[in-house]
Amino acid sequence: MRAAVRIAAWLYAVAIYGFIFLPVVVLVLFSLQATSFPIPPFTGPSLRWYQAVLSDTRLTSALVNSLLVAVLSSLTSVTLGFLSAWGFARFVLPGSAILRGLITLPLTVSYLIIGMGLLVLFNWAGVPKSLLAAGIGHVVINLPLCFAIIYSQMGDHQINIERAARDLGAAEWKVLLMITVPVMAPAIFAGFFLSMTFSWDEFVISFLLTRFETTLPVEIWNLLRSGLNPKTNAVGSLVFAVSIVLVVFFELTLLRRKPA
Amino acid sequence: MSISGSNSRALPWALVTPALAWTLAFFVLPFIAMGLSSLTAHEGGGLTLANYSQFFTDPSYWRAMVNSLEVTAIVTVISILLAYPFAWILAEQVPERWQRLALMLAVLPFWTSYVVRSYSWLLVLAQNGVINRALTGIGLIAEPLQLANTRFATVTGFVHFFVMLLTLTIFANLKQLSPSYRKAAADLGAGPVRTFLHVVLPLTLPGIMVGAFLTFVLCIGDYITPQILGGNNELVMPQLVMMQIGRRGDFPLASALSIILMAVVTVAYLACARWLKIERA
Repeated sequence: MRAAVRIAAWLYAVAIYGFIFLPVVVLVLFSLQATSFPIPPFTGPSLRWYQAVLSDTRLTSALVNSLLVAVLSSLTSVTLGFLSAWGFARFVLPGSAILRGLITLPLTVSYLIIGMGLLVLFNWAGVPKSLLAAGIGHVVINLPLCFAIIYSQMGDHQINIERAARDLGAAEWKVLLMITVPVMAPAIFAGFFLSMTFSWDEFVISFLLTRFETTLPVEIWNLLRSGLNPKTNAVGSLVFAVSIVLVVFFELTLLRRKPA
Repeated sequence: MSISGSNSRALPWALVTPALAWTLAFFVLPFIAMGLSSLTAHEGGGLTLANYSQFFTDPSYWRAMVNSLEVTAIVTVISILLAYPFAWILAEQVPERWQRLALMLAVLPFWTSYVVRSYSWLLVLAQNGVINRALTGIGLIAEPLQLANTRFATVTGFVHFFVMLLTLTIFANLKQLSPSYRKAAADLGAGPVRTFLHVVLPLTLPGIMVGAFLTFVLCIGDYITPQILGGNNELVMPQLVMMQIGRRGDFPLASALSIILMAVVTVAYLACARWLKIERA
């Protein structure tokens, strides 16, 4: 009976792993396919589609745009998130709970609706569609995330270090830059890299708010119109590789937080 | 003391104001703009409820909401049923030292691009895709099955995503459960099935509900997966919203539909609020 449960559990786990990995394996496998169609049977490895992606200026400039938007919007999110988290954690403010709720509220609203709202507002205000407009949207979705991560990590032992610094005559900005930022570095990095992965992968806001210059997910979306295409597989595999690098960074910063 | 004394009132506001201002300017204000826009007519100004009444009277719009709710309900139920045993296996059957690795592997495809992940399912489900080739290859079917551009495809793509998500939330919940509960139940004579049904399952219900709520919110608001995998045969609400913008430039109607969608999510939140609060406390 015990052994039967074990075997059933193993079979089930293998089946679920198979289901979870099936599309990813297919994606990467057929990105290495030499022929023009990413369909079975697999006809041997080739890197020609990776070459095609890297020599496609639309895709490479979209990739640069994506990185630019991801880095700048994440820096903005993490800066605003950190300052407000510090403010709320260290000082008593009237209506603090409501204000904190306001900052985290965008987490509960779908990206489509956030993008729609900005589109309507920018349209009324006469702000043209651009990477900047999309970047503003990315800060809207990532600021609450950065705030929540950093705020949750503001502990009491840090207050004492800050107090000690103040007692020794440090000005507030010195306390902030030389004590709080280094002490909070793991949470700040975690917020930054998580924002990076979300911004890097965000589609619907960028789709609504950009026109001529767009981000990589939007360019990939445009590629999809041509149907199944090995170039899409190659660019998808590259995106996967970049995401994995970001996730490894994220894991390392999270792991570093644990003292043990 | 004197310097920091005069600073101490201005400083905290200087810290929190940028974040608050950003949220007000680019989240609250757009939302108000969307609300006002939903009350105007597409052509010509003037306040009107026409956009809302169109939704409630036009059966094709109504149909999109029904499709959205049906797909979301199916996806949520299947994802929970698949993820729960998997999370249990990871938490109970996998040796402690391998658990972190096993969980990381289980969520690894999370980190592929979302657009690309839906497209990858197209490679699997297409007419000449992996599944049809395999089935015709072994002679099980003569003609390829229509798998892509169906509700089945949409549900598969969604379930793939949410099994990973629910595995995370349920796993965390199972790990928090003290083993002494199970020991106590066993000492009192309950078999493994009764222990599970009467002890483990009720205690992990909050985790399931949080996961189910996340699934509901993310699934009903998603445009990418239904558009890539479901095609245009059976529209869901986000597709309808995007269609108003893309093809017709009808922002007022798109705004009204977005607000209706948000209202549905709010109702779901209120329905789950009991469990969601337990989790937060």
